[in-house]
Amino acid sequence: MIVSIIIPLAASASSTILIPVVILGVMGLVFGLVLAFAAKVFEVKLDPRVEQIIASLPGANCGACGQAGCAGYADAIVNSDAAINLCAPGGPASVEAIAKIMGKSAVASEKKVAVIHCSSGGTNNTKWKYAYQGVESCKSAVNIADGPNMCHWGCVGFNDCQAVCVFDAISVDEHGMRHIDKEKCTACGACVKACPRKLILLVPENRNVVINCSSKAKLPVAKQLCGTELPCIGCGLCGRKCPVQAITVENNLARIDYAKCIDCGLCFTVCPTKAITDAKAGMRKKAEIVAENCIGCTICAKICPTKAINGELKQVHTVDKEACIGCEQCVAKCPKKAIKLV
Amino acid sequence: MGFLGQLFVMAISAILVQNFVLSRFLGLCPYLGVSKKLDSAFGMGMAVIFVMTLASAFCYLIFQYLLVPYGLEYLQTLAFILTIAALVQFVEMVIQKNSPALYKSLGVYLPLITTNCAVLGVAILNITPLADGSRYNFIWSVLNGFLSGVGFTFVLLAMAGIRERLELVDMPKSMRGMPSGLILAGIMALAFYGFMGMKI
Repeated sequence: MIVSIIIPLAASASSTILIPVVILGVMGLVFGLVLAFAAKVFEVKLDPRVEQIIASLPGANCGACGQAGCAGYADAIVNSDAAINLCAPGGPASVEAIAKIMGKSAVASEKKVAVIHCSSGGTNNTKWKYAYQGVESCKSAVNIADGPNMCHWGCVGFNDCQAVCVFDAISVDEHGMRHIDKEKCTACGACVKACPRKLILLVPENRNVVINCSSKAKLPVAKQLCGTELPCIGCGLCGRKCPVQAITVENNLARIDYAKCIDCGLCFTVCPTKAITDAKAGMRKKAEIVAENCIGCTICAKICPTKAINGELKQVHTVDKEACIGCEQCVAKCPKKAIKLV
Repeated sequence: MGFLGQLFVMAISAILVQNFVLSRFLGLCPYLGVSKKLDSAFGMGMAVIFVMTLASAFCYLIFQYLLVPYGLEYLQTLAFILTIAALVQFVEMVIQKNSPALYKSLGVYLPLITTNCAVLGVAILNITPLADGSRYNFIWSVLNGFLSGVGFTFVLLAMAGIRERLELVDMPKSMRGMPSGLILAGIMALAFYGFMGMKI
């Protein structure tokens, strides 16, 4: 049929241009129509939930969920029964959206942020062993004589963590120190993997107390090595002081178990080397019991980690302001909401 | 020579003497890229055989009945690419609908080889005049496409088999993966060079 249409055209004067154009044009047109037709006839319906989930995910393809990308995760949720709270960047919002699509109940994961457990690493607060002149990467720097810095547990400062952060949450100040923006950080864990010193750990966002060191060196050595001279020496004072036994010391290094930590800041106050930082230091309010609401149930006295609340059963309780550390544990537990913070 | 004799000659030629990968150096991308595992190499090989056979048939028809009558042989590359791309797309849709199992096993390899030079290569070689000035007819074109695909699959599987075993070899880290793969490809090409000039 095509041939019979084209043959008369061959007679025209401009046939050398026209014929190839027409033939290829018709070929393209026919193929296009066949494909368009086939797309309708042979259409395979995909599960619409997959597309809905892809739409509700952030689309960063960061891989925090363990899948290759957001599309892979959506497919895994629908077809392989994957957990719905694995998307770190999406946070509670996407968990809720996916829960709605899948008809599952939302179990939002606790929002975490990455924290660099080292106070050193800048141009003016690192003690150098030698001048490293090589590939500008932490991974390569740490391979030469345990890294160019004296402390071979500490930050080498070539910003591998910043390079892998797709959310632009890690910035470097004029002294070469890294700062993690809690707002931008999605706890995807890319920097945790990138740091060859394993300095970065994910910490629940609402915690303010951090042991800012990863050194496993002992007391005199640790201080000599540390650029900021604020190392954890593993003395264990914080662990003994901790009201909830959330701190364990291993290999001369204290670590906080954030599942137990109540963010009271007591460890910060006792640390002899100031290796522990507390963003809320001095800002914690003390508990006070409103006398008219208190029914004397003793729940607060039992929960108080420092035994700062006294009072007999069925009597109005009082708070010892000196002993109160402002951990706010009692506020949440009081059935009558009789405790306020001042 | 009868039909079977000719077929035998063509098979030996397409699979060993004029192997697409090792003596024509076409389709090197999947040869190195999809030869890490035997499973995926097999899937790729089947997809290549399938597409090469179909492409040979369709491109021959397009060339013989659309391009030759109007003296448009110089448009062969353009027309063949168009034909192959549309054909692979169409076949993919049909397979996805009618045979999900086959679709899963050919899977990603089908669209991958749409633009593979081996497929375009076989289509163009089919219409290229032979030493005696004649060209393959339709049947021989399709057979040549099929046998060339078999040849491709043969070396792809050989490569994948060797590479799977190389994984277990205690090799310097810098030689693992692609470097040893390239050396292997070179040695295999040298081995196939031995078939050159074979008279049947």
